[in-house]
Amino acid sequence: MNATAAEHKRTKTGAERYRAGVLKYAQMGYWQPDYVPALTDVLALFRITPQEGVEPEEAAAAVAGESSTATWTVVWTDRLTACERYRAKAYRVDPVPGSPGQYFAYIAYDLDLFEPGSIANLTASIIGNVFGFKPLKALRLEDMRFPTAYVKTFAGPATGIVVERERLDKFGRPLLGATIKPKLGLSGRNYGRVVYEALKGGLDFTKDDENINSQPFMHWRDRFLYCMEAVNRAQAASGEVKGHYLNVTAGTMEDMYERAEFARDLGSVIVMIDLVIGYTAIQSMSRWARRNDMILHLHRAGHSTYTRQKSHGVSFRVISKWMRLAGVDHIHAGTVVGKLEGDPNSVQGFYNVLREPHNPVDLQRGVFFEQDWAGLYGVMPVASGGIHAGQMHQLLHYLGEDTILQFGGGTIGHPMGIAAGATANRVALEAMVLARNEGRDIWHEGPDILAAAARDCAPLRAALDTWGEVTFNYASTDTPDFVPTPQVA
Amino acid sequence: MRITQGTFSFLPELSDEQISRQIEYSLEQGWAVSIEYTDDPHPRNTYWEMFGMPMFDIRDAAGIMGELASCRKTFPNHYIKVNAFDATRGRESLRLSFIVNRPPREPGFALVRQEGPGRALRYTTRAYAADRPEGERYSGP
Repeated sequence: MNATAAEHKRTKTGAERYRAGVLKYAQMGYWQPDYVPALTDVLALFRITPQEGVEPEEAAAAVAGESSTATWTVVWTDRLTACERYRAKAYRVDPVPGSPGQYFAYIAYDLDLFEPGSIANLTASIIGNVFGFKPLKALRLEDMRFPTAYVKTFAGPATGIVVERERLDKFGRPLLGATIKPKLGLSGRNYGRVVYEALKGGLDFTKDDENINSQPFMHWRDRFLYCMEAVNRAQAASGEVKGHYLNVTAGTMEDMYERAEFARDLGSVIVMIDLVIGYTAIQSMSRWARRNDMILHLHRAGHSTYTRQKSHGVSFRVISKWMRLAGVDHIHAGTVVGKLEGDPNSVQGFYNVLREPHNPVDLQRGVFFEQDWAGLYGVMPVASGGIHAGQMHQLLHYLGEDTILQFGGGTIGHPMGIAAGATANRVALEAMVLARNEGRDIWHEGPDILAAAARDCAPLRAALDTWGEVTFNYASTDTPDFVPTPQVA
Repeated sequence: MRITQGTFSFLPELSDEQISRQIEYSLEQGWAVSIEYTDDPHPRNTYWEMFGMPMFDIRDAAGIMGELASCRKTFPNHYIKVNAFDATRGRESLRLSFIVNRPPREPGFALVRQEGPGRALRYTTRAYAADRPEGERYSGP
């Protein structure tokens, strides 16, 4: 390193630091390679792509600065504050393996920078300004670590995985759901028919789609009334607790509360919201759900606009962490095998972040920080989008037991009808769990296990004949950067 | 009708060998197995009668199958389920729960609707069998 480059990275102090004018961010104190993060710091890992000629340490310092106290020029009013504490510190920069020009920048934030229990405040700092910053070509928030002291300022999921299972009296297997199709155009009366058939056939839940709110073909009150008739009829026909995610997403909080209260008064066990309502609205609905003993389902509508591309945006593992803090009970988190984006390792990383009481560092799955959830309930991940009964062994293998498998087309498109489609999925699932528990190798024997179960179940036979060969083998864009390497003893 | 509560109700009735394998799996996971029975199959009847306490200290499937045989002998026309309980911190709940005995005839449930204002309905699910007193609800074949 030549003398000038070293000078550009050295923190200036005293009068030299506060002379009016422009300094490098590193010189202003946002690059601190010796800094040891405190246990109470919030940590963030960004993938940075600096413009030509911008050194990675300076780019990292700029991100730290722009996401905490800095502006583009020196201001003397810093000296009225404990500014050294409030400055975020970039403390480590590593090249991204296999991606020239990209770097992982680790940044530590003092806990006092954040309002307790507010995702809006957290995100206004961390992703507020900095993503449009000119010296960077692109920027992606890859992961965050929240200290226990901060986690404890959030109430977390209103219900959580364990209590949800106890309320529903359903144990030992993934839950089954389906989104009602076509997503738009059905009248309330016809819509309820699909709900009834699917639940009676064996599903635990049916679901409104993200854009079913209150449209001319079906007003929300009509939908709620017909769906609850269907839910109660299916409950009586099966002796099982059933539910339909009634989407209460609306233009204002007042409308959402009105819809949620109506769902509660009709006896629904669950309501649903879309990610696009915003973080504060999500936290408000979580409080409402907690007060009213309701499960809160979140559809991640809109997330792919910022989670899919690796170079720029926010990773879904960060959204998963924010949503666990914000307090939803269900969240769509990928299927691996379905029609939507989802690399197996990345998706397993999201599931672990949502479900586990503690996450170790797991670079293969894109988890960069250890995270202790400090007793916060787990969120049930939902696998939805282009999955069918013939993939049951793969789904159970990749996603495990605490998940909801949603077969929309794979239920409603069944050649023998909706109830038969539901039965096919339920039989396939129970047969696979039974076989797994018996010690069979479901990854390899899965197709045989399904074929054997289909001998007693005509609907499953028809499902396998219709969709058995359907796969969606496209390369994923959002993949981890670290691949396992053989260990040398 | 067939009540489909429990993990494996959509499969043909499990043989004793299949039940035993599920118990073995549960014991391998370190879970405690328990047996419960009822003649009130309402979907929200949380507290079935316990056939003894959870068997925290029985670590072989054969011993538990013996308990199950004894429960079936005492309550041949009741619903009986096998539960596996996981006491791990953060779970402290059931991990598996499946029906292993059911009455020969299951009459099912009536759905009672009470009409309210604005087309709203209040629903009550009532088991036909529950009209009779506990213990007299199901008869043999």
